[in-house]
Amino acid sequence: MQLDSKQPGGPLADKWDNHIFDLKLVNPANKRKFEIIVVGTGLAGGSASASLAELGYTVKTFCIQDSPRRAHSIAAQGGINAAKNYPNDGDSVWRLFYDTIKGGDYRSREANVYRLAQISNQIIDQCVAQGVPFAREYGGLLANRSFGGAQVSRTFYARGQTGQQLLLGAYGALSRQIAAGKVTLFTRQDMLDLVVVNGQVRGIITRNLISGRIEAHAADAVVLATGGYSNVYYLSTNAMTSNISAACSAYRKGAVFANPCFTQIHPTCIPVHGTYQSKLTLMSESLRNDGRVWVPKTPGDKRQPRQIPESERDYYLENRYPSFGNLVPRDVASRNAKVQCDADKGVGETGLAVYLDFEDAIKRDGKDVIAKKYGNLFQMYEKITADNPYEAPMMIYPAVHYTMGGLWVDYNLMSSLPGLFVLGEANFSDHGANRLGASALMQGLADGYFIIPYTIGGYLSGASIEKVSTDHQAFRDSVQAVEARIQKFLSIKGRRTVDDFHRELGTIMWEYCGMSRNDENLLKAKERIGELKGEFWENVLVSGSAGQFNQNLEKAGRVADFIEFGELMVTDAMARKESCGSHFSEAFQTEENEAKRDDENFCHVSVYEHGGDNKDPVCHKEPLVFENVELTQRSYK
Amino acid sequence: MTQEKGEKSINLTVKVWRQEGPVVKGRLETYEARNISTNMSFLEMLDVINEELTLEGKEPIAFDHDCREGICGMCGAMVNGRAHGPEKGTTLCQLHMRHFSDRDTVVIEPWRSRAFKLVRDLVVDRSAFDKIIQAGGYISVNTGGSPDGNAILVPQEAAEKAMDAAACIGCGACVASCPNASAMLFVGAKVSQFALLPQGKPEAEKRALAMVREMDDLRFGNCTNERECEAACPKEISITNIARLNREFLKASFF
Ligand SMILES: Cc1cc2nc3c(=O)[nH]c(=O)nc-3n(C[C@H](O)[C@H](O)[C@H](O)COP(=O)(O)OP(=O)(O)OC[C@H]3O[C@@H](n4cnc5c(N)ncnc54)[C@H](O)[C@@H]3O)c2cc1C
Ligand code: FES
Repeated sequence: MQLDSKQPGGPLADKWDNHIFDLKLVNPANKRKFEIIVVGTGLAGGSASASLAELGYTVKTFCIQDSPRRAHSIAAQGGINAAKNYPNDGDSVWRLFYDTIKGGDYRSREANVYRLAQISNQIIDQCVAQGVPFAREYGGLLANRSFGGAQVSRTFYARGQTGQQLLLGAYGALSRQIAAGKVTLFTRQDMLDLVVVNGQVRGIITRNLISGRIEAHAADAVVLATGGYSNVYYLSTNAMTSNISAACSAYRKGAVFANPCFTQIHPTCIPVHGTYQSKLTLMSESLRNDGRVWVPKTPGDKRQPRQIPESERDYYLENRYPSFGNLVPRDVASRNAKVQCDADKGVGETGLAVYLDFEDAIKRDGKDVIAKKYGNLFQMYEKITADNPYEAPMMIYPAVHYTMGGLWVDYNLMSSLPGLFVLGEANFSDHGANRLGASALMQGLADGYFIIPYTIGGYLSGASIEKVSTDHQAFRDSVQAVEARIQKFLSIKGRRTVDDFHRELGTIMWEYCGMSRNDENLLKAKERIGELKGEFWENVLVSGSAGQFNQNLEKAGRVADFIEFGELMVTDAMARKESCGSHFSEAFQTEENEAKRDDENFCHVSVYEHGGDNKDPVCHKEPLVFENVELTQRSYK
Repeated sequence: MTQEKGEKSINLTVKVWRQEGPVVKGRLETYEARNISTNMSFLEMLDVINEELTLEGKEPIAFDHDCREGICGMCGAMVNGRAHGPEKGTTLCQLHMRHFSDRDTVVIEPWRSRAFKLVRDLVVDRSAFDKIIQAGGYISVNTGGSPDGNAILVPQEAAEKAMDAAACIGCGACVASCPNASAMLFVGAKVSQFALLPQGKPEAEKRALAMVREMDDLRFGNCTNERECEAACPKEISITNIARLNREFLKASFF
């Protein structure tokens, strides 16, 4: 398989402009004749649907929830980056580009990341015009704060609800196009298959979640913006319906998958407290601006935090990384928390937590200032834990949060299947082996507002696309396959619930393919997932019937795909014999226990092609070429 | 798992509204929820009941949820007659079982309103909210061509107040708890967000009129100042937003 990333030539700073000029345009009068399916209404899908419809395309938009406004993006808290340099602290497009490449541990494409940094500024302008209530200074100018992995203040925010406000902006734009008749909206729909006709992607198969009906939808191109797959781990900060199924269906149909093992573990989440737990809650990374992370110096010290004097506390991030301190990138912060807990310095009942302390910040700035910045986060923490962070330090622990891996796309955001585009967290494009905070919102909106509107035109004007309707045999075959799979779930009538399987998969993935990886554990994971898969297809218990609102059945499909995908993640983790960013392989570390890359052998994107049912995937490599930055050992000291 | 500090285990009698679909009759069914940890969330308690029902070969309770952190607006039900349950400013997914006592009886019912059709059990159709937004709950700017973000100055106080209004999660608790099933708090919040910001001014009149007309067409009721919406709102959106909506609407109607 030839993987052509289609990165344009020329100087880095001119690539995107030149490319826009080179892309063929669709005649404005012809745009409405092209039908585009967008799956997903998060920041990526919502912004893409609206922008494509504004250009005149006929758009059909799908989501799982009852309203596009409820996509998982709504939960993003901390903020969105842009290279505006409003605070005059030395930021620039180049610096944002550089920080992102370095933060990703040199495993992303220069051209894509540079474009992202360029577009970041337009996103802020667009969102302000839409009425997004960003935080302001007294004079009325936009306010900024700092996030991990950067020494400049470039994060724009709307209290602790930045994702919500940006998504409501995109939802407003989408609603306007629905009212104008340019977008047809399909809510409570679950995409279960992708339809390929003559080598081109021409539609999707969905299940209407209310009636259970299986529906076929045809189009000239399909855009997937279906989010990330952190829920492979069962417990994660993602919403409950976040899934891999849409992407998996594309993978099975031939779209290749990049870097599946790159999953981000976020350092500041509320620790796990019981086996009944259904999800984990993130405490925004912005808290690390003012909160200080520490553990007791003495292992096993069970005193209350306020009884441990300053001299007996280890502010391990500040001590180890004096220049970035508490603001080191997420992978570094998470791994260090694990190291402390493994050394029996963890706090709380379970010993799997570290302190995030605001005492000094409150002394310095006053309670009011802290409350204004983080009030809603403190409140959320108190609701869940019944502890008051104004008085006692928060307890936090890392949790699975984001997936850098995703469907492989070229510079145009087109997958390896012609006519299938992938946006937002669902693609692999910009974050390499580790994403910096406040960069996912930026990427989702860059993809949807400012990239796909251009690149999809290049495809539609250049490809010869025949008329195809849902009567085509490929659609019928697909519908049949989807229905057969559903009948299979219902007919097994075993003794274990879907959640029970999901929980076990999560434990396997977290224990053996989580924050720290080694071959022995990965082999164990492989074996146990194989067994779990076997048992699932013989012993799962799905209640109800196919032709009804059936949340159990919905979940069964998702968990079946998570199990299959978990295998691919483990395969990828074993194949990458280096440590980079979030992928920490114990055999590859520096003397100071930092991730040690192997640029000679692993400076590539690992790209997997589905090998067929029950066959091993085929691994391809897209080499990464760095012409503008020098690869160095990441240091945040 | 060891017990956390203050964690207790309680037993509850739970009565849940079960209804297969919009046209069949529904009824309350009684379940015993045993060994419920007080650290669980309300939805996790429902998960426990559902696992048991599934294993008994019965159909689990259908309920909407997604983020489970109080922001997506997907969850919601009447708990002992109160939208999202007894805790102020809390969505159902953020309500924890430590607010209940051993041997309590808990009655759970769906949102009831003319404008929200029942789908199944606790799940209702809130697409009427989307229709209200489609009528004008946005600022009409296309992608591209916007001025620099700092070209538009927004006084900090205006931004903060707009944010207070924009915090609405569209869950429908306001409608469900209003004796008239009015959507005035929902509409008031959106109209206020934009009325407070300079970007929203050009379309302010059109927006208020269009959204109110749509709300009426969708058969939401009138506001008679009962203030139940404000009390039920998990985001504590203030009814001053309704007053602002009324002012905007009057301005638009007269001039
Ligand atoms: C708690 C939390 C806080 C975060 N905070 C930040 C932050 O401060 N800054 C930042 O930059 N990033 C943050 N992130 C990351 C960021 O929110 C996400 O990466 C981003 O929002 C993903 O957007 P998306 O549009 O790609 O997908 P999503 O928002 O996940 O949307 C996916 C969409 O696809 C639809 N969909 C999925 N599967 C199917 C299917 N099979 N059929 C039909 N539809 C389907 C869903 O209905 C939904 O509409 C945070 C993430 C979490 C979990
Ligand atoms: S599940 Fe999202 S608000 Fe409750």
